[in-house]
Amino acid sequence: MCAMKREEAEALIQEVLEVYPEKARKDRAKHLAVSDPNTEQAKKCIVSNRKSVPGVMTIRGCAYAGSKGVVWGPIKDMVHISHGPVGCGQYSRAGRRNYYTGHTGVNVFGTMNFTSDFQEKDIVFGGDKKLEKLIDEIQTLFPLHKGISIQSECPVGLIGDDIESVSKKKAKELEKPVVPLRCEGFRGVSQSLGHHIANDAIRDWVLPNRDDDNSFESTPYDVALTGDYNIGGDAWASRILLEEMGLRVVAQWSGDGTISELELAPKAKVNLLHCYRSMNYLARHMEEKYGIPWMEYNFFGPTKIAESLRKIASLFDEKIQEGAERVIAKYTSEMNAIIEKYRPRLEGRKVMLYVGGLRPRHVVGAYEDLGMEVVGAGYEFAHNDDYDRTIKDLGEGTLLYDDVTGYELEEFVKRVRPDLVGSGIKEKYIFQKMGIPFRQMHSWDYSGPYHGYDGFAIFARDMDMTLNNPCWDKLQAPWKKADAAAKAA
Amino acid sequence: MPSVMINKTEAGGLSLYVPKKDLEEMIVSMEHEGPGLWGGELTLADGTRYYLEPMDPEPRLPITLRAKRL
Ligand code: SF4
Repeated sequence: MCAMKREEAEALIQEVLEVYPEKARKDRAKHLAVSDPNTEQAKKCIVSNRKSVPGVMTIRGCAYAGSKGVVWGPIKDMVHISHGPVGCGQYSRAGRRNYYTGHTGVNVFGTMNFTSDFQEKDIVFGGDKKLEKLIDEIQTLFPLHKGISIQSECPVGLIGDDIESVSKKKAKELEKPVVPLRCEGFRGVSQSLGHHIANDAIRDWVLPNRDDDNSFESTPYDVALTGDYNIGGDAWASRILLEEMGLRVVAQWSGDGTISELELAPKAKVNLLHCYRSMNYLARHMEEKYGIPWMEYNFFGPTKIAESLRKIASLFDEKIQEGAERVIAKYTSEMNAIIEKYRPRLEGRKVMLYVGGLRPRHVVGAYEDLGMEVVGAGYEFAHNDDYDRTIKDLGEGTLLYDDVTGYELEEFVKRVRPDLVGSGIKEKYIFQKMGIPFRQMHSWDYSGPYHGYDGFAIFARDMDMTLNNPCWDKLQAPWKKADAAAKAA
Repeated sequence: MPSVMINKTEAGGLSLYVPKKDLEEMIVSMEHEGPGLWGGELTLADGTRYYLEPMDPEPRLPITLRAKRL
């Protein structure tokens, strides 16, 4: 089932690199590779988490995006202030589709944009006063909020505002957590540093809040569901499986999550970690400080779900292990029906992926369940440990591209001609215009959930709907088509 | 002196994690492995060597420590 031979793939990489000036070529060459399941350490074949080459079209985001957009944004009962000019928050508002329950604007604030809307005078004289005023206004207008986070945008770091002291002062006044984040966009090489900064802030400003409070009644089956942002309802589709097998989910981090769930996580027995990249720092911290073990799992596609459920159950007693088997058995016939229906329509099709820091490896199993093959995978902001995990999941001769540039991705797709490309919104229309079916794999292209058994049903349907859409035959004008047919004859 | 986290892996070995660099690497050898004295010079799978102030008795893992790069 190998799509490309190793030499072919290597030759393709060389060809694509040729247009760069020498220095850039040398630099980019380290980020492109052909996978070989026998390599033990990814860093021998691919370099990651480095600064992008100036002048290329990178697809990455900034640290503010990683902190506000990814980790903090979904915490629904807090107000997240985009501190700085208005654009950063406004253009990213509500685009991620992390669902939540509640009354927006009353007790939850997920899709709203709060900003200090910096003007010239705030840059010149500093924005701390404005921030204080803004917090007071929030308190008056939205008294039911449970806390505030201050997400710094670029200028705040450049002019040297002291948001920490404002936070401390206001936290005392309001008697609610006020958390400052130094996640200015210019920090680090990608949004990945934003995740780290956000994790550290939770560690320092939120987790210790209930260290001496033992009023929470825990059970031996308490787990925290971490690294799931409830895109299109993902966390809900995962949560029901855990509950069905007998576990109690005490915290959801951070999709549809609340600040009190964040504070409760140290009381759980196990941390279940879906997105390793964005929350491993906290999982490691809680293991060290509170002695809570953590486990990575994968809820994409029935094969991986069953594997993960068993792995999770192995941490608990027989009751939970039986529960896991019961859940797997319950959904097996349903899943078989789905695979029977869609597999013949998708079998043997090739996919190229370029997503954030987790999905290019996590969805491989789901595609394989449908008989499809991943022939290219890459991450925007993965680190070495992510590639270590990826290489095991990919077949021989898969193209690997780290922080791919717009040009490289286009060239790769033109040459490999996959049947489906899965990437972000910026890439979507380029490939659709090239006549290649495309799915937006960050927020599931306005669909979802894709996690869990329920999610797989939707995933399979979406892939079929995109790939076998009749529109792909209509891209050529009818008279040109007739021409081509005549020539071929 | 970077601060590093030493952890037990699923397979039973030890790993060293440098948060600043997001670098995780297996420890292939350590001078004192306990029981009793624990730490000293250690070598990672990629060949880099670190020095940990030896501890007695061995600590509960994971643990964050200051290590010296050799
Ligand atoms: S890089 Fe700076 S200005 Fe741009 S979106 Fe990020 S925080 Fe805002």
